Amino acid sequence: MKNVLQLTLFEQIQAIRGGDVEKEKILEAYRKQIRDHDSELRAYITLNKNLMAAQDGLLEGAPLAIKDNMCTKGLKTTCASKILANYVPPYDATVVRRLKEAGGFVLGKTNMDEFAMGSSTENSAFFPSRNPWDTARVPGGSSGGSAVAVASREAVAALGSDTGGSVRCPASFCGTVGLKPTYGLLSRYGLVAFGNSLEQIGPLTRDVRDCALVMNIIAGNDEMDGTSLEVAKENYLAYLEKGVKGFKVGVPRDFFGEGTDEGVKEQVWKCVHILEGLGATWSECDLPTLNYALPTYYLTAMSEASSNLARYDGIRYGVRQEDEGLDWTASYSRTRGKGFGPEVKRRIILGTFALSAGYYEGYYLKALKVRTLIRRDFERLFKQFDVLVGPTTPTTAFRLGEKVDDPIAMYQTDIDTVPMNLANIPALSLPCGFVGGLPVGLQIMAPPLAEGMIFTVARRIEEELGLDLRPPL
Amino acid sequence: MESLKIVSKERTKRLAWLAKIELTEEENDSITIQLNRILESFKDLDKVDLKGVEPTYHAINVTNIMREDKVTPCLKKDEALANGSKVKDSFFVAPKIV
Amino acid sequence: MADTDIVIGLEAHCQLTSLKTKLFCGCSSDYRGKEPNSNVCIVCLGHPGSLPKPNRKAVEYAVMTGLALRSKVSERTAFYRKNYYYVDMSKNFQISMYETSGTTTICEGGYLDINVGPHKKRIRITRMQLEEDPAKLVHIGPIDLSPYTLVDYNRAGMALLEIVTEPDMSSPKEARLFLQKLRSILEHIGVFDGGLEGAMRCDANISIRGSTRVEIKNISSFKEVEKALNFEISRQRGVLRKSERVVRETRHWDEIRKVTISLREKEEEHDYRYFPEPDIVPLVIGREMVERLGRSMPELPDARAERFSREYGIPAYDAQVLTGEKALADFFETCTKMLGEAKTASNWVMGDLLGVLHDKDLELHEAKVTPATFVGMLRMINDGKISGKIGKIILPELVTSGRDAEVIVNERDMQRIADTALLKSVVDEVFAENRKAVDDAVRDDNAVNFLIGQVMKKTRGKADPQLVNSAVKEKVMRLREKNQGSA
Repeated sequence: MKNVLQLTLFEQIQAIRGGDVEKEKILEAYRKQIRDHDSELRAYITLNKNLMAAQDGLLEGAPLAIKDNMCTKGLKTTCASKILANYVPPYDATVVRRLKEAGGFVLGKTNMDEFAMGSSTENSAFFPSRNPWDTARVPGGSSGGSAVAVASREAVAALGSDTGGSVRCPASFCGTVGLKPTYGLLSRYGLVAFGNSLEQIGPLTRDVRDCALVMNIIAGNDEMDGTSLEVAKENYLAYLEKGVKGFKVGVPRDFFGEGTDEGVKEQVWKCVHILEGLGATWSECDLPTLNYALPTYYLTAMSEASSNLARYDGIRYGVRQEDEGLDWTASYSRTRGKGFGPEVKRRIILGTFALSAGYYEGYYLKALKVRTLIRRDFERLFKQFDVLVGPTTPTTAFRLGEKVDDPIAMYQTDIDTVPMNLANIPALSLPCGFVGGLPVGLQIMAPPLAEGMIFTVARRIEEELGLDLRPPL
Repeated sequence: MESLKIVSKERTKRLAWLAKIELTEEENDSITIQLNRILESFKDLDKVDLKGVEPTYHAINVTNIMREDKVTPCLKKDEALANGSKVKDSFFVAPKIV
Repeated sequence: MADTDIVIGLEAHCQLTSLKTKLFCGCSSDYRGKEPNSNVCIVCLGHPGSLPKPNRKAVEYAVMTGLALRSKVSERTAFYRKNYYYVDMSKNFQISMYETSGTTTICEGGYLDINVGPHKKRIRITRMQLEEDPAKLVHIGPIDLSPYTLVDYNRAGMALLEIVTEPDMSSPKEARLFLQKLRSILEHIGVFDGGLEGAMRCDANISIRGSTRVEIKNISSFKEVEKALNFEISRQRGVLRKSERVVRETRHWDEIRKVTISLREKEEEHDYRYFPEPDIVPLVIGREMVERLGRSMPELPDARAERFSREYGIPAYDAQVLTGEKALADFFETCTKMLGEAKTASNWVMGDLLGVLHDKDLELHEAKVTPATFVGMLRMINDGKISGKIGKIILPELVTSGRDAEVIVNERDMQRIADTALLKSVVDEVFAENRKAVDDAVRDDNAVNFLIGQVMKKTRGKADPQLVNSAVKEKVMRLREKNQGSA
C-alpha cells in the first residue's frame, strides 16, 4: 500500500474501513510531516496538541486544517492578527462542528493574511507561508496556510474562506482543488467577518472527489446564520459520475486580457478542448463588467470591513495595549493602532472613507450599483451557457516580497476571482497543468447553487489530465 | 510630488479618529498617499452608466429570515469573562469615559 | 401651564419586556438582578464570528405599536448598522433601522393624544425603529471622576423600540404626559411592563424661543423627564438672560445631582456611516400579517376610558386618569367587579389611593395593596364596621404593608362604636365635662357641633358619626325641653 500521506481523504477513509491502516497511524504520519516540513513552509499558526478524540463518523478521524479565521472551541483563533493573538473562542463555527460531528479531527489552525486581507499570506502578523512548489514564492492568499497544508501533505483536507478569491487563489498557486460555494450554502456562523456580504467558507482538497465529500458534510442550512439558504441537502458525490456531453461551455474573452500569462492561457484552453473532446460544446463570450469588478469588490469589502473590525477594542477579548491613565478613545486608538497591521489599517481607513458623509454615494453606493450590473452580466451568460471557464489567476505564484509593498499590484491578483463573490455564483479552481514548474488553476463557474455541475466538469477534466500534484519536498 | 486630490492629510486624520486607529505622523502621511493612489486606480467606476440601477445590498435575494422567541442557553459566566483583558467582580473593566 | 416659546421633541426607548429573549440572540430578556455578565452569549458580547438573527416576535410587537399609534407600517424595511464607538457597545456599531431615500424604518408617522388638563393635545410621531440596547456601565462615583468603567453586558442586545416624536410638546409636563400615555398604550398592547427599572428611557431635544437645540441624554423614566427638562429650561433661560448663546450640544442628565452636564460632544463630530446590515436579510411585512396583528389588538387606553364612562358612568376626565396606567385601570376594574358597583371604587381610587401613592412617591405596582385588600376595606365601610374616616386613616398602611384592613383595624382597636349604650355613656361624660358648651348648645344650634366633635375625639374617630349626631342632638333637645319646662 502507498504512503498514507499520498492517500486522498476518500481513499484514506476506505483504507481505515478496510482495516489496512489505523486512524492513529495516519494522524501520527501527518504530525511527523508537519514536524519535518512546517518550520520551512509555515502552514500552521497553532497546532492542536491534543490526542485524537475524534467522534466516530464518516471521516474516520481525518486530520483537517482549518483557516485561523474560523472559531474552534478551546483552540486559539487569531486571524493572523496581533490584536487577536490570545483569543480562545468559547464555541465552534458551524462548519467546524459539522466536521467534528462527522468524525473529523482539527489538526491545527492555518496561516492567512491578517483578517483575510491579502492575496499572498504575507500580510500575516506572524510570518509568511511558503509555496511548497518553490519556497521562494508565495502560496497565494488569503487562505495560504490551508492550501500549503493540503499540497504539502500536512493535512488531508482543509477549510479556507473566500471573500474575493481567498480559497481559489491559493488553491491555484499550490495545486489543490478549492471551491467558493454559492453565498448562503455554507453557514458563516463562526467565520470571523471581513466582507460579510461577499464571503463564503470553502474546502481545499487534493482532488475533486474530496471536495464533494467535504461539501456533503458541511453544506446546508444553519439556523444560527440569518443569511443561510433553505435548500434541500444534495449528494455532491453523485455528480462525479456524470458526463459533460451536451454541456454548453462559455469562455469569456475578458479573462484572457493583457496581464494574463501566455502559459496560463494555454493550460486553460487545453481544458476547453478536453471538454469538447468529451462531447461538450464551447464558444467565446463577453463579460464586459469584469473591468469594473476590482474597484467594486474592494470598495464593498473595505466598507464592510471598516465596520466588522470595529469590535476589536481590547475589552471583551483580544490584546489590549498598555493604557494606564488613558481615556477610552485614547485606549481604543492605541490598542487598534498597534494591534492591526498596515494592510488592515489601510482597508479600515479606506472603508471608513467610502462610507463617510459626502462620499457614501460616490463610492460605497456606486460600488453596490455596479455590483448589480456584474450580477446581471453573469445572469445573461448563464442563459446561454451551463458553465463558464477561465483562469483562476492571471499568473502563477509570484515571489515573496514582489508585491507586498504595492497594494494596487497585489489587488490585481484577484481580478479573475472577485466577480464571482460580487455575483454570488459558485466557482472552483482545479489544478490543470504547470508553467515553469508552478501549478496553474482552471476556474469553473456555474449559476447559483449549481455546484453539482461544477463537480461534474471538474471531475471529467481531472480524470483526463491525471496530473501528479506532489510538490518536490 | 504625490497628488492628494481626493484625500487630504487632514481627512486621513479625521478618518483615523472615526475608526479609532492611532497613527504616527509618518503613518498618516504614507496612508494618505496610498489612499489617493488606490482611489485613483478605482476611477474606472466613474465611467459606468448607473442610471436607474438599484444597488445590491445583500448577496441573496431572500427576505424574512427570523428566529422564534425561544430562550437558548447563555455562556457560563467564566466563559464569558475568560477572554476579557481586565476583569473585576464579574465586570469587564473598560477605560474611564472622561 | 405651557410656555409658548418652548419646543420639545422626544426619542423614547422602550424595552419590549414581554419578549422572552433579546433582539438578535436567544439570551433571556430577564436580565435584571442577575450577576454581571451571566446573561450573555457570543452574539450580545459581539464575539468574532457571531451572527445576529432577528426575533420575529419583536417585529410583530413593533408593528402592533405602529397600529396602535396610527402609524404607517412599512411594507419593506431593513436593519442598518449605525457605526460609532462607545464603551457600552459590544461591536462598536449598533444594529438599528434607518430612514433614507429608498428605505424606511418599520413604522412611520402616526400620533398620540395626551390630555393636558381638560384639553386634548395631539403629539405627532415621526417614526419608530427596532434597535439593540447597549451594555450597562457602572462608574465609581460620579461619571467624570471614575478612574475606570465597569461593563455589564447582561442588558446588551435587549430589544428596544425607539419612538421619535415631532417637536410638538411645549412644556416638561407635556413630555411627561406623553411618556405616561405611551407607557399605558404599550402596556395595554401587552409588549411592555413599565414597572421594570429602566424599561423606558428617553432622550429629549429642547430649544427656547427658536434658539439652539440641545439634546439631553440618559433620562431614565417619565418622572425624570420633567425634572431634567425643567432644569434645562432654567439653565438655558439663565444663559439667554446674560445675552449669551446656548451651545448646540449633547448633555447628560445626572440623576443623582439633578443637573444636566455637558459631554463636550459636538454633533458634527459624529458620522454614523449607516449601511444595511449584511448579516440580516430585509424584512417584508405583508398585509396579511398586519391584518392578523390588527385583529388581535387588545383594547387600548382611549377605548377603555370611553368604555369606563359608558359602562360605569364615571366622568370622562376620571376615566382618562384611571386608564393612564394599565395597572391602575386593571386595579379599578377588578375592584369594581368585586364590589359590584363603580362609584365607590372610582372615588376611592381616584381620590384617596392616588393621593397616598403620590405622597409616598410610589407607583401602583410598587405598592403592596391589592384589589382584594382594597375592596376588603371598602366593604368594611359599606357594612358600617368602620367609618370612612377610619378608612382614610388606615389606607397608607394598606398601601405599604399589604395587610388586610380587618387585621389593621383590630390591631389598632378601630372598630366603629355602634353600641348605643356605650355611646350614651361617652355622651354623658362629654356633657358633664363641658358645662359651658352644653349651655351654648342649648341656646344655639350651631354650637352643637362642638359637642359632637368632643365625642368623636374621645372615641378616637371610631364612633358612628350618625349615631353620635343623633345622641348628642337628642340630649340637647331634652335639656331644652327641660329648660322650657322649668321656665
